[in-house]
Amino acid sequence: MRRTLFESLSHGPLTEAPPAPDKAALAELAKSVDRAARARLGRSLSIREVDAGSCNGCELEIHALNNAFYDLERFGFHFVASPRHADVLMVTGPVTKNMREALLRTYNATPDPKWVVAVGACAVDGGIFAGSYAVAGGVKDVVPVDLHIRGCPPSPTELLKGLLALLESSNRKARV
Amino acid sequence: MALLDNIPHETVGSHRPWPRAAVAEAGWKKAIDRLAQGKCTLLGLWGDGSEVHMALLDGKAGDIAVVSYACKDGKFPSVAARHPPALRLERAISSLFGLEAAGSPDPRSWLDLGFWDLRHPLGKRKPAGKREPYVFLPVEGEALHQIPVGPVHAGIIEPGHFRFTANGERVVRLEQRLGYVHKGIESLMAGASLKDAAALAGRTSGDSTVAYAFAFARAAEAALQVEPPRRAAYLRALAAELERLANHFGDIGAICNDASFALMHAQCGILRERTLRAAEACFGHRLMMDVIAPGGVACDLAPKGAAAARALVAEVRKVFPRLIELYDNTASLQDRTVTTGIVRADYARQFGAGGYVGRAAGRSFDTRRDLCYAPYDELKFEVPVLEAGDVNARVWIRIREVEQSLSLVEQILDALPAGKIKTAFKSSSRACEGMGLAEAFRGDVMVWLRLDGKGRVARCHLRDASWFQWPLLEVAIEDNIVADFPICNKSFNCSYSGHDL
Repeated sequence: MRRTLFESLSHGPLTEAPPAPDKAALAELAKSVDRAARARLGRSLSIREVDAGSCNGCELEIHALNNAFYDLERFGFHFVASPRHADVLMVTGPVTKNMREALLRTYNATPDPKWVVAVGACAVDGGIFAGSYAVAGGVKDVVPVDLHIRGCPPSPTELLKGLLALLESSNRKARV
Repeated sequence: MALLDNIPHETVGSHRPWPRAAVAEAGWKKAIDRLAQGKCTLLGLWGDGSEVHMALLDGKAGDIAVVSYACKDGKFPSVAARHPPALRLERAISSLFGLEAAGSPDPRSWLDLGFWDLRHPLGKRKPAGKREPYVFLPVEGEALHQIPVGPVHAGIIEPGHFRFTANGERVVRLEQRLGYVHKGIESLMAGASLKDAAALAGRTSGDSTVAYAFAFARAAEAALQVEPPRRAAYLRALAAELERLANHFGDIGAICNDASFALMHAQCGILRERTLRAAEACFGHRLMMDVIAPGGVACDLAPKGAAAARALVAEVRKVFPRLIELYDNTASLQDRTVTTGIVRADYARQFGAGGYVGRAAGRSFDTRRDLCYAPYDELKFEVPVLEAGDVNARVWIRIREVEQSLSLVEQILDALPAGKIKTAFKSSSRACEGMGLAEAFRGDVMVWLRLDGKGRVARCHLRDASWFQWPLLEVAIEDNIVADFPICNKSFNCSYSGHDL
């Protein structure tokens, strides 16, 4: 174990420079992130991830955000286990009818102020699962969405761009 | 003895590569006898209009057969009444098709949680009635308490419901209720073009997108009698082995993380990321979605792909042995994994548990070896098997499989044939049926397909390995402490989406 630890120290961090915030995301967020909310939250945002019907592909890439290359926590983002501790709900998947109620309850359990980030192509409008008897639609059809991060699945870099946009727009507004 | 011997039947034409046989009640019951006597393994059980199909496997001979029973008055003789592994499959048939398993020990709904507007979405549809409360299995005894968990779980994982009954810290019963991510994939498949259906298959379980696309392509090729070029077969296996590596790294790290050993999690996370980057360098997509298509592969190996894959193998060979040593020499970690969540060998055999769940409990089966599909018939590898059946054994199977996959990646790159990557084919003018299996990291994926005469999917059934692993998790956790459930669950890493469809 010692050898592994020492080597990790000697080869320097694997963590890569952050990408620039996504412009489209900044534009989408301009509407929803308000100053009062920002002032109360400070610099860090707690994220509660909810799989509302995804194929699990998005979850894999969201997981990757925590690895040494992307190190999401350096920006003040932190995944939490309960919606009651969360500022951001990160929702994946087409929302299945079987998950709609659970998603609504999770949303209602999240204290204000809160944002909803819909992740993945399916989360926009149901994607390739749209039209099924078992699918309620995209995330916005069930709870209000502040930001969409597209992709099938979005890569960790794309996820990071979107989340950094969330952080930046909330900071900019806070300075107004 | 061939699978269909002594089963009175009529062979159905145009089903490939294995036979399909129409049986009457006597034949159906004969097949159930075989299963109940342990002479063959249940590979799948699914509905199709007013018929039910049952796939049987003789693992040793690498032989498969499908028997089909036309329901009378919407009923078929229950398989689960004599062979428990069929139970959830039967309950799903009943919920999705409205076909009743006569004599079933448990007729409760499965997948249908009462939130749809209709009932029997794949059979004779009718409007949903009032939602009935779901009755969990009864538990009786002093000092028992229940812990309901989910569908929304605490981590970044898929949704499902677990109902624990515990006596103090000890779990006396776990009952799962799944279906929350049911998207109606098989209904979307019906009428879809081959291309759209392949995309759906590739999004049945995101972590196994390559394996699903592989099995789907093989089913379509069997139905249409198309042979993909050898280069395509090799590239498919390259994608499949990269997928296996990425998932095994993720799992080994996550299992250790559930024992609060973060160092392994961090190190394995690095290897997983490197694998996904190599996959992107090879095929342009980190999870390699839509790379495999009926007829071959959709894209050739990128110019820098081979070098990236070789660099990955070299890096893993350098780092991974030390991580194995770390796993093996950390007493606090071993304390959590050794003798935890034991799967009994007879259950693994009875349920036909695939992947590391079966192989860690003495069931030596791997579709790559036992059905030896291309290109694995030309490659050398071993299928590791252990007997202990605990979390530790499931970790070790993964470790050994990582080593085998590294060797396979090298063999594939060394022997990669030149030539075309896709065989052009025309859609058949007649209805035809095909079946394909592929070895995903968690076990065998089965795809059964019927094409109509216009190049569209008439019926497609996808069966994840998880169907036969989830029930074993219920048993494995019995008598363990509640706090060991996460590590035990992670060591199974069953698919929710692949199961819920």
